[in-house]
Amino acid sequence: MIRPRIVLAKPGLDGHDRGVKVVAMGLRDAGAEVIYLGLRVRPEQLVAAALAEDASVVGISVLSGAHVPITRQILAAMRDAGLEASLVVGGTIPAADVRVLCDLGAAAVFPSGVLLPEVVSGVLAIARARAA
Amino acid sequence: MAADGAAAPEAVTTDSGIPVAPVYTAADVAGTPEDLSARLGLPGQPPFTRGPYQSMYRGRLWTMRQFAGYGSAEDTNARFRFLLGQGQTALSVAFDLPTQLGYDSADEIARPEVGRTGVAIDSADDMADLFGGLPLGQISVNFTINATAPIILATYLVAAERQGVARSQLTGTLQNDILKEFLARKAYMYPPGPSLRLAADVIEFAADALPRFNPISITGYHAREAGCNAIQELALTMASAIAYCAELTGRGLDFDRFAPRLSFHFATTLDLFEEVAKLRAARRMWYAIATERFGATNPEAARLRFFSGNSGSTLTAQQPLNNVIRSTIQCLGAVLGGAQSIHVMGYDEAFQLPSEEAVRLSLRTQQIIGLETGVSRTADPLAGSYFVEHLTDEIEARAWDILAEIDALGGAASALERGVPQSWITQAAYQAERDIAEGRRPKVGVNIYATPAEDDPSQLIEPARSDPALAERQIARTASRQARRDARACAQALDQLRAVTSFGQNVMPALVDAARAGATVGEMAGVFRAEFGEFREPAPW
Repeated sequence: MIRPRIVLAKPGLDGHDRGVKVVAMGLRDAGAEVIYLGLRVRPEQLVAAALAEDASVVGISVLSGAHVPITRQILAAMRDAGLEASLVVGGTIPAADVRVLCDLGAAAVFPSGVLLPEVVSGVLAIARARAA
Repeated sequence: MAADGAAAPEAVTTDSGIPVAPVYTAADVAGTPEDLSARLGLPGQPPFTRGPYQSMYRGRLWTMRQFAGYGSAEDTNARFRFLLGQGQTALSVAFDLPTQLGYDSADEIARPEVGRTGVAIDSADDMADLFGGLPLGQISVNFTINATAPIILATYLVAAERQGVARSQLTGTLQNDILKEFLARKAYMYPPGPSLRLAADVIEFAADALPRFNPISITGYHAREAGCNAIQELALTMASAIAYCAELTGRGLDFDRFAPRLSFHFATTLDLFEEVAKLRAARRMWYAIATERFGATNPEAARLRFFSGNSGSTLTAQQPLNNVIRSTIQCLGAVLGGAQSIHVMGYDEAFQLPSEEAVRLSLRTQQIIGLETGVSRTADPLAGSYFVEHLTDEIEARAWDILAEIDALGGAASALERGVPQSWITQAAYQAERDIAEGRRPKVGVNIYATPAEDDPSQLIEPARSDPALAERQIARTASRQARRDARACAQALDQLRAVTSFGQNVMPALVDAARAGATVGEMAGVFRAEFGEFREPAPW
């Protein structure tokens, strides 16, 4: 079976990277190919990396409260570049904003409180659905 | 729990892995009673294990310092007045991420973040507005700022000048601990070398100019929040302190003169006795480092004072009111450990920036512990407990071992460049997450006594909305101030800053001049960016 290729990044200026690194390690241990781009990644850099890596899923983590405008920027950059990948969002995201992000076009949202196995299986399911 | 199973019982340990016996006796405390007395001293006396001051909280309660800031300078000024009106005794400023990273609000990458995690400060004018009507000669102010700490201090000094307050009257603390940004908090800008130089410039400048102000708060708090254990937190804090002091004594500064103003910052999490033991061990370790490594002869230079931040990473989004109990225990731990100032987390911080109700409850938590429980009546009340003294010795011994490892890597800055402590933190965070997911570590409301998500009160809380027009207003205001300033004087001040930066002189006097001339945070940081370049972290695995 082909290993799903997943690009993860911290967009915006927030430096809280404990969560995204834990998710990266969890996905890696579950058999995915994970490319973690690090901090302060601009939307166009994220899209370029996802295209270059042929990623099926792009994951971002935001804990600064700026998840709505940042998700909007990244989805716009993905559309502009014709990137056909799913976007998943994690971070300190109030319950009411989960719907907002999904309505914008996020494939899944993992707010604080979701345990690691659920995040990993959720992201892998999206990757597999894309590959099918 | 192990009694009914066939599997070998797991060792019972503290959160950092120190074995815990079913009961402790005098035999578990090393040496004779006289040896113990020598390791402890009395409160206010070397080696300060029992506290930095003789009277401790009988003389004065700890400083209740809730971290606050959002939106514009006026919004945060209103929150400060609210907190002071509720009995808070000092201020602690949270800055937004653009301010922390040296971007003006108008910068493209800054816009989504303006005013979110804290207040947006673009210039000394904003700083003056932030403290409008608040007498800076009488209020102690803490600034959680690091990469741009010299710049923010310069704008604060200009705001104080405008109030007619002498520098010698200013009290408070500038976080200014850039090493831990590389370690864990990640709000760095330039590479470690020049970053260390700027932090040291602030301490050197303050040694003359700001006799009542703490120019740095050296911390392992963020490493702890990012995943490491209490022993690593303690060792990493001491390693950073050694790096700053070596930089300053290398410049020819007298340790006895600058070290009394160094302050520290530790996490206080849920393993109550281990946390108290860690805080006691910290004071004893710093005394040894100051006297043995740096030859301190002034006792105040060897006396560790600290701020305690409760742990946000122990809080849960599920059943958020449980966090009130967690925070109460953490605050108690900080008090029993002898903290000089304390911040208690908001119970809603696992899923949003704290609401006003949560902030007030955090302050009330401190007030109830301070005024109703009697724990403040006597200094270091756990001294002499067989268990706590055993743990204090054990944590200290293990922290010295880790410090020796860091020394062998060439000290804190070099260990960080190689990514060694960062990998400890990342591995530990992953393990902790798996322990919760796989049920090895109980987390009430999460992996035990959980309720269905739809019944969870956190699902019902309407998130605080930030003002969508804030960024545009802030950008317009800064633009109009830039248009009104004396452009020539400002350009000259920035040229002067460029010159002292490139010639390796202390940047503080030129920064104050630039801030006074109306230079923006982004313009001043731009000078450093051009000179030093920007740091990118190596891949974590």
